[in-house]
Amino acid sequence: MKPTPSILIVDDEQVVRDSLTKWFREDGYFVDSAENAAAALRQLQARKWDIILLDIKMPGMDGMELQTRIKETDANATIIFITAHATVDTAVKALKAGAFDYVTKPVDPDYLSHLVNNALQQRLLASENLKLKEQISEFSKADDIIGESPQTQKIFELIQTVAKTDTTVMIRGESGTGKELIARAIHSNSERRYFPIVAVNCGALPEGILESELFGHERGAFTGAQYKRKGKLELADGGTLFLDEVGNIAPKTQMDLLRAIETKQFSRVGGNDLIKVDFRIICATNKDLEKAVEEKTFREDLYYRLNVFSIFIPPLRERKGDIPLLANHFVQKYSRAMGKLITTISSEAMDVLVRYNWPGNVRELENAIERAMVVGHPPAIKPEDLPFQLTERNQVLPSGSIAAVEKVHIAAILEQNHWNISHSAEILQIDRVTLYNKIEKYGLKKPQ
Amino acid sequence: MVSAPVQILNVSSLGNDTFTTLAQRIEEIFGVQTSVLQASLNLDRAFDSSRGQYNSTALLAQILNSYQSPNGKKIAIVDIDLYIPVLTYVFGEAQLDGTAAIVSLHRLSDQFYGLPRDDALMVQRLEKEIVHELGHTFGLYHCRQFECVMRSSTYVEEIDLKRITPCTNCIALLRNSC
Repeated sequence: MKPTPSILIVDDEQVVRDSLTKWFREDGYFVDSAENAAAALRQLQARKWDIILLDIKMPGMDGMELQTRIKETDANATIIFITAHATVDTAVKALKAGAFDYVTKPVDPDYLSHLVNNALQQRLLASENLKLKEQISEFSKADDIIGESPQTQKIFELIQTVAKTDTTVMIRGESGTGKELIARAIHSNSERRYFPIVAVNCGALPEGILESELFGHERGAFTGAQYKRKGKLELADGGTLFLDEVGNIAPKTQMDLLRAIETKQFSRVGGNDLIKVDFRIICATNKDLEKAVEEKTFREDLYYRLNVFSIFIPPLRERKGDIPLLANHFVQKYSRAMGKLITTISSEAMDVLVRYNWPGNVRELENAIERAMVVGHPPAIKPEDLPFQLTERNQVLPSGSIAAVEKVHIAAILEQNHWNISHSAEILQIDRVTLYNKIEKYGLKKPQ
Repeated sequence: MVSAPVQILNVSSLGNDTFTTLAQRIEEIFGVQTSVLQASLNLDRAFDSSRGQYNSTALLAQILNSYQSPNGKKIAIVDIDLYIPVLTYVFGEAQLDGTAAIVSLHRLSDQFYGLPRDDALMVQRLEKEIVHELGHTFGLYHCRQFECVMRSSTYVEEIDLKRITPCTNCIALLRNSC
């Protein structure tokens, strides 16, 4: 239920206070009044008021001064001046100081009614706008960027540092490391977050199409161009343009892009009019751009223009500490999406996940979990649900002591033989008692 | 049902018989006995020469003093142009959840707006305003329903849009207040 809108009437004339109070009460508002500035300030301390109707001429502190005091503590207070002594000068002063409106006594009842309604409507919209902005900020907190490893923490810091600036950012990293997520996180933490982030996969489009995709085209610019079309640069106006796989752009388009970035203006394909735009560029690549510059396949001037602030995302195999957190996050995500009661990962399965090499990085991990969620059964994902088997090639053995290697090896043999102790002991070429001792020593547990 | 009787104090140039049908309607809506009484008020005491209008709040005070009946509601009908300080005019005024109200004919007539006289329309508007102000005395606030008699009207055209009866919500509120 919406709270009753409240109105505070501040006027030194009792008859004015009484008649306005009565008038607004009949409309169902919560109304109270104050006879001077001091009483008004007390009322303002006691509760929040939606609208303050303020007389200008009052003994002691006048309405203009009171408005200044009110605005000092609540910049969003909606103040309507209502005065018998109207002059253009005071009206201008009041409005410049942030008053919502200025009316003279006696006021037309219809006008007053509309004025108060409009003021309330504007307050409502402003508060809704604020809530929506907060929601956007919440949504855009990039909750898929997860990790507690020092490398990931460093990336979080870099995002926060660069997001507040308008600097061009280049994100480097292997395929599947989450470069677009980082780009979106930078955008959503920047001043441009209320404008769009427009992503273009430069590697996925042939040269001519990419040009039209970036700059748009006029009707008849080429065969099949039946309608005028806006390009991604135009769509990103006010926001961020994310150029993925920027290393794959053809030389001709590289030149056009460089000019557009430098001048912030361009023409549509087949058009002559210059279109001005304001966007931030974030680009990403998994290519060795420095080598491409040396080999003259990537323009050096564009390289320097794009490579202002660089963020490198290490491959997942180099930040194994992030795997459990990421894997559990994906389990929760797909559990909600699929409505399945699988809510966790067995310690054996987690062990497999941590030891795996992850050539496809986070994207491969997410796919593996998604598949395991499809084939697995509640309550936990088990090793056999995972879409790969550890082989010597893709397995990374635990670093450190021989005992660590022995633990992993024994666990693997037990798993392969479904915890048949005799068979496992035979393969390990140790007796059963020794195997029991080692199981106890390493804290290995048979899956339930 | 509400037990307090309603008195229509006719201070206007209209005959008391104008209010006969309305009295029955008021009894139906508010569930109270309603009578019409020829009355008088000292209008000069409420006159503001600078505005050429009559202070309706001052007249409400007179009604309360001159026509006392502890549990009854009194609504005066006058011909004069009413105002409350800060507003340029009012069609009427009432004590919210109180006992006194007043309604003016002055701005309800089409003649006031330079149009041909239409007495039937004026009486219809008057009846709606009487029910509206009485509604306030029974504790009803302004209603947002377009056709509800308790909708706030600042132009006569808005009065014409309303019905003479409260909406179901306002009727429910009336029942609950009993």
